[in-house]
Amino acid sequence: MNRFARRAAYRTSMFVLSVVLVIALWEMYKVVGPQDGGKLFGAGVLPRSNDTAMPHVWTMLSRYGRPEVRGSDKRVWVVVLAGAWFSFRLAIVGFLLGSSIGVGLSVVMSRFRLVERGLLPYLVVSQTVPLIALAPLVALWGGKLHIFGFEWPRWFSAAVLGAFLSFFPIAVGTLRGLASAPAAAVELMESYAASWKQILLKLRFPSAIPYMVPAFKLGASGSVVGVVVAEISTGLKGGIGRLIIEYAREATADPAKVFTAVFGAAALGLTMAGVIAISDVYLMRNRPKETSS
Amino acid sequence: MSAVQVTGASKIFNQGTPKQVDALIDVNLTVEPGEFVSLIGPSGCGKSTLLRLIANLLEPTTGSVMVNGKSASQSRLDQDYGMAFQQAGLFDWRTVAKNIELPLELKGWDKEKRAARAQEMLELVKLPEFAELYPWQLSGGMQQRIAIARALAAHPPLLLMDEPFGALDEMTREYMQGELLRICAETSTTVVFVTHSIPEAVYLSNRVVVMSPRPGRITDLINVNLGAKRTEDTRAATDFFTGITAVREALRGTHADHANAGAVRGVEDR
Repeated sequence: MNRFARRAAYRTSMFVLSVVLVIALWEMYKVVGPQDGGKLFGAGVLPRSNDTAMPHVWTMLSRYGRPEVRGSDKRVWVVVLAGAWFSFRLAIVGFLLGSSIGVGLSVVMSRFRLVERGLLPYLVVSQTVPLIALAPLVALWGGKLHIFGFEWPRWFSAAVLGAFLSFFPIAVGTLRGLASAPAAAVELMESYAASWKQILLKLRFPSAIPYMVPAFKLGASGSVVGVVVAEISTGLKGGIGRLIIEYAREATADPAKVFTAVFGAAALGLTMAGVIAISDVYLMRNRPKETSS
Repeated sequence: MSAVQVTGASKIFNQGTPKQVDALIDVNLTVEPGEFVSLIGPSGCGKSTLLRLIANLLEPTTGSVMVNGKSASQSRLDQDYGMAFQQAGLFDWRTVAKNIELPLELKGWDKEKRAARAQEMLELVKLPEFAELYPWQLSGGMQQRIAIARALAAHPPLLLMDEPFGALDEMTREYMQGELLRICAETSTTVVFVTHSIPEAVYLSNRVVVMSPRPGRITDLINVNLGAKRTEDTRAATDFFTGITAVREALRGTHADHANAGAVRGVEDR
């Protein structure tokens, strides 16, 4: 087995191990934890361990195979998968939008120090606005827009909020990356009379990739969070966020059901981050490995 | 027409502020085509600043710099010179061949022409089989040879080098000095070479420019002539040691006003 296969096998087994560990902890707490919650040092911090609050892992898993509502022939996994696919597409749109805005802003900021100084504080402030408050506003504004016959579809508000959460880490990470090109390399390019654009494309962006990949990972999971929250607060139907809300209403009668949707949302975020991780392996395939010198 | 003509050039950083530094004061230097000229002096004598003035990476505060009979800025735009630094500065994400092609790519050469020239340069530096490797797979000396190949890829008449062998071990360094002389002879390139090693300056140069700090200025010009064909035996020849002694004494002179004139800081004796 070569080194890469060994490393992949190692990583996979570590992932499986961590999942097993989480399941074991969950089930162990159900055994030892108080049924109706408990107090620790006078504060009610111990969660309830009864089957309503914490269903057994196998109950949750088997819920995927049973019908969504009594008498329906649609099983839960079909509905969750369809919802995840719907939200995934919105998240992709949001991510593409957010990354173009983020990269665009970082290029402008790296070009003009004045813009960086003026703009960066506002970008930071923008991230402190609670998404749950912003979502209905965006839907409201968007609904009133009619530009050149373009009607703002309802789903687009959710994608915009995904973009809103994803652009910030991408802008900040790319900005740092663009600035990471060594001064000597910039000087070399200047000695070749390279233009600003040539330096950007042939030096600054390639040097920025190690900074951009983690930033894009954050941005990708941010777009999922943005879309899910936006679905909930604007009441958009069809996505995983909506499913979480719907299933949560049945939490007392059918506690396992809401977890199926929550896991769906988590899997969505992991998928997005995974796509970026694969592109990382591709982009960095010829770079020096940390181990070699 | 001179390859380089520096006339009354001064470079003052942060002029008029408390942090003012007189990096260079009233420097005059002429380098003829085909010459190999070294700039030597202790740290802070402005030798790198002078090189950057010639390269037009810095503008002189006063005075003028002409390269190949043109203004330094025009020469930079025309890529009349190639440059190599202490760090090879190869791009990790490009193969060796693509690194050499970089200046040609920036000039807008087409693909076939670039590839052919890269191969020609790899043969010049005697690394023809390394084209498709990546820089981090090469030793330090090999990387520096690739950097020289890159600097000369567009066949510029002038090569500017800033302590290019400073990070190499002694054995590699002596080998590289021989290689540099061979390459420059084959391509009839003029070289301005910054170093802080006395033997390196003497071995390589036709002329050694001795500089002194605070303020940075040229204090001496020493003609060395070890002949066109320098070999490893040259390093044991009397002329070589005569040259070293002459440069060392000139460097001591730059510190004559100091109480401890014995040691020249920042200049290596090896």
